[in-house]
Order: sequence, then structure tokens, then C-alpha cells
Amino acid sequence: MISQFFVLSQRGDNIVFRDYRGDVQKGSAEIFFRKVKFWKEDGQEEAPPVFNVDGVNYFHVKVVGLLFVATTRINISPSFALELLQRIGRVIKDYIGVLNEDSLRKNFVLVYELLDEVIDFGYVQTTSTELLKSYVFNEPIVQRAKRMPGIAVTKSVVATEPGGRNREEIFVDIIEKISITFSSSGYILTSEIDGTIQMKSYLTGNPEIRLALNDDLVIGRGQGPIYGYRSSSGSGSVILDDCNFHESVRLDSFDMDRTLTLIPPDGEFPVMNYRMTQEFRPPFRINALIEETGSLKAEVILKIRAEFASNVNANTVKVQMPLPKYTTRVNFDLEPGAVGQTTDFKDANKKLEWSLKKAIFLIAGGSEHTLRAKLTFSQESHGNITKESGPVSMTFTIPMHNVSRLQVKYLQIAKKSRATEPYRWVRYVTQANSYVAREIRLWLDECSYSVPPAVISNLHVKLGCVIPIDLVFCRVEFPKHWAVGRWRLWWNTAQLANY
Amino acid sequence: MAPPPQSQRSPSPSQPSGKGEVSDLKSQLRQLAGSRAPGVDDSKRELFKKVISYMTIGIDVSPLFGEMVMCSAASDIVLKKMCYLYVGNYARVNPDLALLTINFLQRDCKDEDPMIRGLALRSLCSLRVANLVEYLVGPLGSGLKDSNSYVRMVAVVGVLKLYHISASTCVDADFPATLKHLMLNDPDAQVVANCLSTLQEIWTLEASTSEEVAREREILLSKPVVYYLLNRIKEFSEWAQCLVLELAAKYVPSDNNEIFDIMNLLEDRLQHANGAVVLATTKVFLQLTLSMADVHQQVYERIKAPLLTLVSSGSPEQSYAVLSHLHLLVMRAPYVFSTDYKHFYCQYNEPSYVKKLKLEMLTAVANESNTYEIDDLLGSITVTELCEYAANVDIPIARESIRAVGKIALQQYDVNAIVDRLLQFLEMEKDYVTAEALVLVKDLLRKYPQWSQDCIAVVGNISSKNVQEPKAKAALIWMLGEYSQDMHDAPYVLESLVENWDEEHSAEVRLHLLTAVMKCFFKRPPETQKALGAALAAGLADFHQDVHDRALFYYRLLQYNVSVAEHVVNPPKQAVSVFADTQSSEIKDRIFDEFNSLSVIYQKPSYMFTDKEHRGPFEFSDELGNLSISAESVDTVVPAQSVEANDKDLLLSTAEKDDGRDPASNGSAYSAPFYDGSSGPAATSQSHGELAVSNTSVSGQTPASSLAIDDLLGLSFPGEVTATPTPPPLKLNPKAILDPGTFQQKWRQLPISSSQECSLSPQGVASLAAPNTLLRHMQGHSIHCIASGGQSPNFKYFFFAQKAEEASTFLVECIINTASAKSQIKIKADDQSSTQAFSTLFQTALSKFGLP
Repeated sequence: MISQFFVLSQRGDNIVFRDYRGDVQKGSAEIFFRKVKFWKEDGQEEAPPVFNVDGVNYFHVKVVGLLFVATTRINISPSFALELLQRIGRVIKDYIGVLNEDSLRKNFVLVYELLDEVIDFGYVQTTSTELLKSYVFNEPIVQRAKRMPGIAVTKSVVATEPGGRNREEIFVDIIEKISITFSSSGYILTSEIDGTIQMKSYLTGNPEIRLALNDDLVIGRGQGPIYGYRSSSGSGSVILDDCNFHESVRLDSFDMDRTLTLIPPDGEFPVMNYRMTQEFRPPFRINALIEETGSLKAEVILKIRAEFASNVNANTVKVQMPLPKYTTRVNFDLEPGAVGQTTDFKDANKKLEWSLKKAIFLIAGGSEHTLRAKLTFSQESHGNITKESGPVSMTFTIPMHNVSRLQVKYLQIAKKSRATEPYRWVRYVTQANSYVAREIRLWLDECSYSVPPAVISNLHVKLGCVIPIDLVFCRVEFPKHWAVGRWRLWWNTAQLANY
Repeated sequence: MAPPPQSQRSPSPSQPSGKGEVSDLKSQLRQLAGSRAPGVDDSKRELFKKVISYMTIGIDVSPLFGEMVMCSAASDIVLKKMCYLYVGNYARVNPDLALLTINFLQRDCKDEDPMIRGLALRSLCSLRVANLVEYLVGPLGSGLKDSNSYVRMVAVVGVLKLYHISASTCVDADFPATLKHLMLNDPDAQVVANCLSTLQEIWTLEASTSEEVAREREILLSKPVVYYLLNRIKEFSEWAQCLVLELAAKYVPSDNNEIFDIMNLLEDRLQHANGAVVLATTKVFLQLTLSMADVHQQVYERIKAPLLTLVSSGSPEQSYAVLSHLHLLVMRAPYVFSTDYKHFYCQYNEPSYVKKLKLEMLTAVANESNTYEIDDLLGSITVTELCEYAANVDIPIARESIRAVGKIALQQYDVNAIVDRLLQFLEMEKDYVTAEALVLVKDLLRKYPQWSQDCIAVVGNISSKNVQEPKAKAALIWMLGEYSQDMHDAPYVLESLVENWDEEHSAEVRLHLLTAVMKCFFKRPPETQKALGAALAAGLADFHQDVHDRALFYYRLLQYNVSVAEHVVNPPKQAVSVFADTQSSEIKDRIFDEFNSLSVIYQKPSYMFTDKEHRGPFEFSDELGNLSISAESVDTVVPAQSVEANDKDLLLSTAEKDDGRDPASNGSAYSAPFYDGSSGPAATSQSHGELAVSNTSVSGQTPASSLAIDDLLGLSFPGEVTATPTPPPLKLNPKAILDPGTFQQKWRQLPISSSQECSLSPQGVASLAAPNTLLRHMQGHSIHCIASGGQSPNFKYFFFAQKAEEASTFLVECIINTASAKSQIKIKADDQSSTQAFSTLFQTALSKFGLP
């Protein structure tokens, strides 16, 4: 049971404040904001989404920079409150198209009206945009926003389009977020795809929809073929670890033909969420190398390599790398003829940033880009430069590409006697969630060799240690402690060269 | 619900008073009130919006009350709604004005349009003015009978609102009975859901005053009601489903078939995209299967995947809520999650509150896997992963990681690996890493004094000047004192620390310094004498009371007798076998009982952060939990209370025996009472207090459930199970009976006739997690349990057995450490001569535990 609901701007202003039960003091918004703002004196930790001040429990979620907050004195289910806050955000977005501080302020009367119907005396009545339509009468004041590529549409479900008639259309977005951690030698330590099939329907008359997924989709690891490496382009079924479905989805024939049946409610909702740890081909490989070039100098070499088909295109690729705290200056050196690339050194948090504009990977999907950066230090490093920098992280969006190979084979809208076919949009997007290469390798001058595996295994015996081999770059990497002394290193390199 | 405080009329001082604007609005509203010009509704809407926007930012617009009411006489529904909102906000501070609105609200309650009827009724009930209740009863009564479900939905919540304004009016009008009827007959699911929540709230509040209502309330948990709701579960909205599931979790099925029926029915709820539904379902599953160990285990396996999916879909906030619950489950049964450790790896962009939880889960999983030996690799993988975080730029997380490595190290037995890690940490030359590492070394030494050589070698290289944090400094000083004979320059380091006495701000450090100098003095007197004198002088002059007192105490002790002083300050120490857990098992079980509530997030049971009236939508959960105890007592030979009382005495007495040990809480990171005799009297007395609390609440309850008792108190005793006869040589009585009083008496009187250690099979350790399995197993061998307790990794059991032919009893204390898969057995017997035979029998029985 919720006592109050309010929305605060980033500065802490009340945008909407609704008190349902009157058992929590009026100043709660201020108490909440102060607590969130100054959670820990050092400012290093974020306030958790749920906390208790003087017997009042505060729940909050961040939606487009706004704080959606609920309070209660009761020991309720935290998931319930947080899901509800998120849902209220979505309902409001369904109504006003674009959710941001400005649109919320413009539509606050509508928002109050919605809030009155969503919750009564602290108890949730309905969060279905569909049902709310019949109770809510304010017309939204809709902002026209340019269409963002990829992610769901920004169109109100109730407002009429400028043309008068609303267009019959349905959007199905398959959004996949990738988390990958590469080891120092380029191996994948952990990888996971968190996917969701998002639907937004503007169809009238609530027709039934059939959504067919890959025939060979397997749900639950261990049921499918034995786990092993499969290249993502090859055959082999898509194995999801687990998935869940929206309330409206019926799974009657799912076991038989992998088809979801549903009557989509109005507004935006996830049809299905899924999780996959089956191996896949990562869209990018990252290589980061750092070498000390003098007592107060070092050089960083960042290499990213696109590994997807050349007909798709990555947007807003950005690579970040924390540098040692005592870095004072960075000189960048882009590859010759580079266009659409920008570099920056953020002195405040000692971060190197490298952005690559769209279209760079277009011509040469499977191409590689390199950045060299010369660092200047204010003090000598303790010989532990690799521990002081990194990990390298990467963000990107690749429209019309999905790594899991989960597909919507067809989207069928039950026929009504109607002249015009509704528009159907099925779109794929791949995004980076946590795309990280950890442990920056020491760069050893010119010690890259193409070595056949047999030689390597021989080397293991000879040198008495394991050498991780990065096959992508055909380079032999030395264990880090070899770099202890230059002579030792030289000797090892020479040994290797003999083969 | 407590009546809300009279709200302040004045806006907060930071806001503009808006006086000018308000009077402006007032005149404009006046103009429009009577106008019937076309388009007047639109201008009214604009004005109303302005009024409400002022209201939102805190400007007091209550002076406009009259005008607002006048204007809203129009039929425009948007206007009406805005006016209702306004009226609802200000009626309470303007009760006289509120009277103005009654007329038109009552009229609207009879409108043709069900929307308007509903809206008016809702606003009418929201006025929250006590002297208006007489106007509510009529419209509410007809609202509950309305043909439109929207109006009924509103009316049901209206009843609750009325109850909070005037409980007597509500009860006198017999509304609860009407709602009960409606709940079981209304075709609309949301009306039913509202009835349920309203009745729960009303009956819970009423129950404290009336026996009759308390019985009435029980109806909600009766089979017909719960089944009626569960069978319709898919008709409810996802939010109402949570409500029904919450109720179902409290339902006590009469037999196993019922349990499986309910679980089959709810199976697909685990695939819901709404985390609240999944967690509520999980709670039902966990609660239903408490008494069935193996099924309970299966539930853990079943809910793992859906919960992990919820963690990775959804916003960080949502995944935090689910992750907190997963955290609770991992802590209870780490072995179930041993293959999922990669899910608990931290991602660089996660908020720190998520990272912290994940670190703890990683630690728990890694520790558990170590105990199996099969999967030692995982331990080291995890440590490697944790070391990555230790190098992290995120300092709090780096600190947590080192502590986590410490926790794992404390369970591992490989000194080289640990010293390697320590060296790695110290090599990083970051202050906070060094600080945490020092604390870690101190704890290691307290557990494994035999490693002192290796550890001291590492610590010896740290200059005390580089250590600033009090905790770390105290740890370093402790080591200097404790191992001064091995650390060459210990007296001189201590001396320089004493010289800087005044610059040391932390009293904790100064206290440690005093003790360390004393210890050093006993080992190397000539070198330390000067430092000791200086330290005592500085201590006596110290403004901090504790420091002053300790210095004075040491001084007098030395004056009295140096060898006595040595015996007091530096007695021979026993290694700490298990560091105290942060929470007692009762508290953990309490939190588990409150699954899917804030208790899990805060990691505290609800009584620690809420007042009684706010415990939860199902306030009777407490009493229900208690009911289970008395229910159990029906089955057992002895009444539950007396067993409990005796049992805690037993634990107390064993604790007294172990008194010589160094209490584990000595400024260490792991200090808190632990439910294990070894942690000293402080811990036991706390659990003692807890037990006493539960005891009082037990009395006077009627038995109604068969929930296992151990989930509440962490104690358990067996029901009567017919045992299979054991083979010779020693024949035991399968139906032996011994009352706890006698047990306790005998235990005190008899000497220990056998004390042994034996190991358990890994399968046995695994099945220990499920309550009562061991007890049943032993019972199969005619060995009966009289009391048990503890929390992973240490469990304590008291068993007894009787010879088949004569009344000769064997008493056993069995402490099982799941981390090492070892058990310590102490046997006392009436007939000493047969101890050996019994001991063999007992050990054979125990070693077979868990094997098919």
C-alpha cells in the first residue's frame, strides 16, 4: 500500500505530488531528496532504491533523469513498489508520447488524473493503458520529437496524429543488451545477452497477433544439445537460459511451433524477456595495450575490430579507458585518414574517451581501428601501470543486428475485413550493456609472431610456462611477470623467434 | 492508521507565497462562475490548471475553495475531476467549506454516467472530514450495489476510507459483512481484489479489540476463500495477483496433495514478466514446502532461473529488489548456486549497491564450494575475480572485495595461496588496499596462528607511517604486540608510535597500543621498558575515559605482581575456530519468513524498522508463525515450550563451559553474536532474549498449522516416526523417550565418556541444509534428537538413545561444521562400558547420512 507518490526533477523540485493516505508527513519529498543527494559524505556511493528514514520507507526509480518516488510506512514487497513506479512511468509515457521533465510539467493535470485512477487510497487499481483510456479525459499535450533510431516509438496512444486519422501500425523491437568481459588475452571470460521483445501497438479493434520465433528455439540450458562453442553464423539452435512473458501472452502452441499468441494491449510493453549465456560471436573485439616509454611517459594503443557483416552499421561507438591518476596530459594520434573520430581526455576523472561516428564501420564491417595515445605523468609509476589503468569499456548501438540469432519469423495480425493492411515494423537492435576488456596488456615491442600451435605447445615445455595465445591477432602474449626485466624479456623473445 | 497530523496551511518558506496570484485567480474564477458563454469551459479549465499547479508547488490556494466549488457545477468532466482533486486536497483543513461540496457530490453520486457516479463517490469519501460521515453511508451503500463495476470498485475502497474516518460508523453500517459477500460473488476481479485488501485492513485493525473479528479474519485464510481466489488468479490484474499470492503464502494446506495442487496451479506465474508476481509466487512455493525438505530443495532449483532472468531484465532498481531476495537464498543455500557464480560477477557500470550484494553472494558461493573439495577451483576463480575488483577504481567496492577475499581465505587451508594474495594487495601500494589487507592478516592470524611466520614476514615490510586508518592501525599494533618475539623491530616501532601518542586521534588505536606495549614488555622487557613507561604515562594523562582507565589498570597490575599482569594481559590464546556471524540464526529465519518484503532489503526483521501497526498487509503473519509452534507441540511428546526453555539452558550451559575462549568480537570485521556456544555468553544471552520474546507470544494460541518450527527459531525436534530396528551388536530402543529436563540433568552429571571427530559425506552435508533430514535419518537408527540449532557452517545437535533391553541412556552432543564436513561428537552414557559400541554405531549412522 502506497502512502504518497511524487516525481522530483533532478534539482529536487516537485513536479507531481499525490498523497493517497495522509499518514506520511508532507515534507517527505524534501527529506527524501536530501537523503539521496547526500547518501555518503564522500559521494562515492549511490543511494539504494529503497531506504528507511524515521519509519518511512522510500522507494525510487530513475526515469529519464527524473526521480519517481513512492513512500509507505508498511512493510510491503519492494519489488511491488519498484515495478509499480516503473509502470507508472510507462503509462505516463504511453499517454504523453515523450517522457521528460518538460512534457511532464506541461501535462501535469493529465498525470494527476492518471494517478487518481491508477491508485486509490494506496491500493493499485489498474496500470493498463487500455483500461485507463475509458477513465481519463484530459487530452495530452504532445511534444513532437524526432524519431530515435532503434528503440520504441514516441507517439501517444491517445493523441491523434496531425493528419487526423491515426495510422494502424504495430512495432516489434528485438532489443539485445550484451555484457562481455574479455580477459587480457582476448578470451571471453563471461558473456550474457539480455534480450527483450518490446511491442507497441497502435492497432484498433484489438486483433489477435501471432508472433513466430525460431523453430529450433530451446529454452533452458541442459535440455538442448551439449554446450560447446558454435560460431554464431553457423547452424545450431538458439538456446535461451530462461525467459518470461507478458501477462497477455498465451503459450498454447509455444511448445509445438514456438509461436506466441496475444492480443496486444495499448501502449508499450515487453512481450518476452530472455537471457542467454550460449556463446556468440561478439560484435567487437577490443585490444588495449600500454607501454612505459620513459620515466614519466607511457603509450596506450587501443584497437577495436568490428566482427559483424558489412551491411550493418554501428552507431555511437564510444571507447573509454581510465588512466593512471597521475596522468597530466594525453596526446592522441589517430590512424592516418581517420574521419568521424573524436578523442578526449577527461582530466576530472582521468578518463580517455574515443568516439567513432556512424558509418565508420559501414564500408568495412570487419575492419579495425586503432588509436595511439601518448600519456605524460606527474610522478613515476610504481611499475604497476597495468593495474592503475583500465578496464577498457565500450558502448555502441548496432541497429538491424542481433547476436543471439533469435528471430521473429513472422508477425501475423488476425484478419478483419478491412481494406488497408496495418503497418508492421520488426526491428532488431544490439546494444552494449557492459562491454569490457580488463587487464591492459603490457605492450612488448615487435613481439608479435604468427606461430603454429604445435610450436606453441613445444614452447610450453621449453619455457616451462603457459602462454595464452590470442588467435584473432595471431600474437603470442607473454605472461606479465616476464616483463620484470628487459633482459629476461629479450631472452624470451629471442627464444621464441628461433622457432 | 494514525490520524494524519493537521497539515500546515503555510507553504514551505522556500516557495513564493503567491498571494497576488491567488487573489487574481479568485476574481477570474468569480467572473466565470456564472457565465454560460460558449467556450467558457475551456477558460475554466485553464484557470483550474493554474490553481492545481500552484497547489503542487506548495502555494496555499485554499482561499479559492468557494469559487472552485461554484465553477465546477458545470457538467464538463475534466473540470469536475480537477475540482475533485482540489477539494480532496483542502477539505480537511476547511471542514466548513467542505460542507459546501457535499451537495453537489451527493447529486453526482446519482448521475446517469457511471464514470461521474464513481468519481463523485471517490471524492466524497476522500474528504476525510469526521463531521461529514453521516453523508457517506447512503451513497456508499448504493455504490456497493451499483450495476457498474467501476462504481463498485470505488465504493469498496470508499468503505475503507470511511473506516479510517470513523470506524464505528463503518462497522455499524455492517459494511464488512457486505464486502465479504461481494468478495465471494462479484464478477469483477478488481472489485474482489479491493474487497480483499479492504477487509484485510479493517479486520486486522479491528481484531485487536474483538475476538469475534479475529475469528472472522481467519476466514480469509480458509480453504474455500483461498481456493476461490487462486482459481481465478488469471482474471486479476498483476497487482491484485500479488495480493492473492501473499494471502496464499499464509495458507496452511491440510495435506501434501493440496500443496502440489497449489504449486501446479501457480507454476506459470514464475514466468511472469513482473518481478513482484514472481517473488510473491516464490514465497508461496517456499512457504508451502517448508516441511518437505526434498521438495523445498527442488523449489530452490526451480526459482533460480526466473529470478536470474528478472535480475538481468528490467531497470537497475528492479533488479536490485530481486537480487536482494536472491542474496537471501544464496546465503541460505549457497550450494544450490555454485554453478551460477558467474552471474554474481560485478559489471563495471553497476551501481555500488548492486555490486555489494554480488560480492557477498560470490563469497558465499565460493566458500561453500571449498567445503566440497571437488570444486576447489571455483574458490580460486572467485578469488581471482575478487582481486580484479580490488584493483578497481571504485574504492568502496575495492575495499569490499578485499574483505570478501578475506572471508574466503579464512575458510581455505592453503597458506601459500593466501600469502600470495596478500603480497599482491600490498604491492598495489594503495592506502586503502593496505589498510584492508592488514585487517585481513590480523583475522587470519587469529584463526591460524600457525601461519604467523609467513604472515609476519609480509607485514614486516609495511611501515606504520603508511597506515592511517584506525582499524588498520589497530590491527598492525595488535600484531606488533602479539608477535613481538618474531618481529625484530617491534619494540622500536611501538616506541615511535608511543612518542606520537598525542597525534593519534582514535581511542581504539590508543587502547590497542597500550595492550601491545604491555605484551611486548613481557616478551622483551629490556627493550620495551622505556616505551612502556611512556605509554602508561601518556595513557594516564589521556582525556579518553577508557584509555585512562586501562592505563591505570595496567599500572596497578604491574605494581601488584608482574607475572599476574602477564597472565591477565597476555594469556595463552586459543585460535578462533569460527568467526562470529553477523546475524543470529533466529534473525535470519525471521527475515526468511518475511520473504518478499522490505525486511529482505534491509536485512532486518520488520520489528526492527516498523512499529507494530505497520508490519505489513498481513499483520497476522506473526501470530501465524507462532501458531506453528504450538501445533508442533501436539505431535511431540513434550510441550514445545518446555523443550525450548530447557534447550536454551542447555546451550547456555555449554557456552559457560567454553567461557575460557577469547570472545570473537574484538573489533574484527566479523564481530557480532553467533549462535554457537563458542562465541561466549554475550551471544547466547541475546538469543536467550529472543527466545523469551517468542515464548510469551506463543501462549494462548490455538494450534492450526503444521509449519515446521525450525523456520521460526532455528530449533527443531522430531515428530514421532516409527523407526526401523537397528542391527546388533548394540540394540537400541526405537521408541525411546526422554524428557528434556532429565536430559539436561544427566548431561550435567555424567562425565564425557567419548569425544571424537568424524567426517560426513559431501551429500550428507548438502542435505543438512534441509531441516529435519538428519533428525529423520538418525531416528531411522533409533537415535533421537532432543534439540538442535545453529546456522551454516556450524550446526549443533543433542541426541539421545536408549538400550533396547534396559533403561540405560546415551547422550550425544554433535557439532557439525559443514565447511569442513567434519563433526565433533561428545558422548555421555549411563553405562560407560557400552560407550564404544554406541560410538561406533553413532558414527556409522552419521557417515551414512545423505548416502542413498
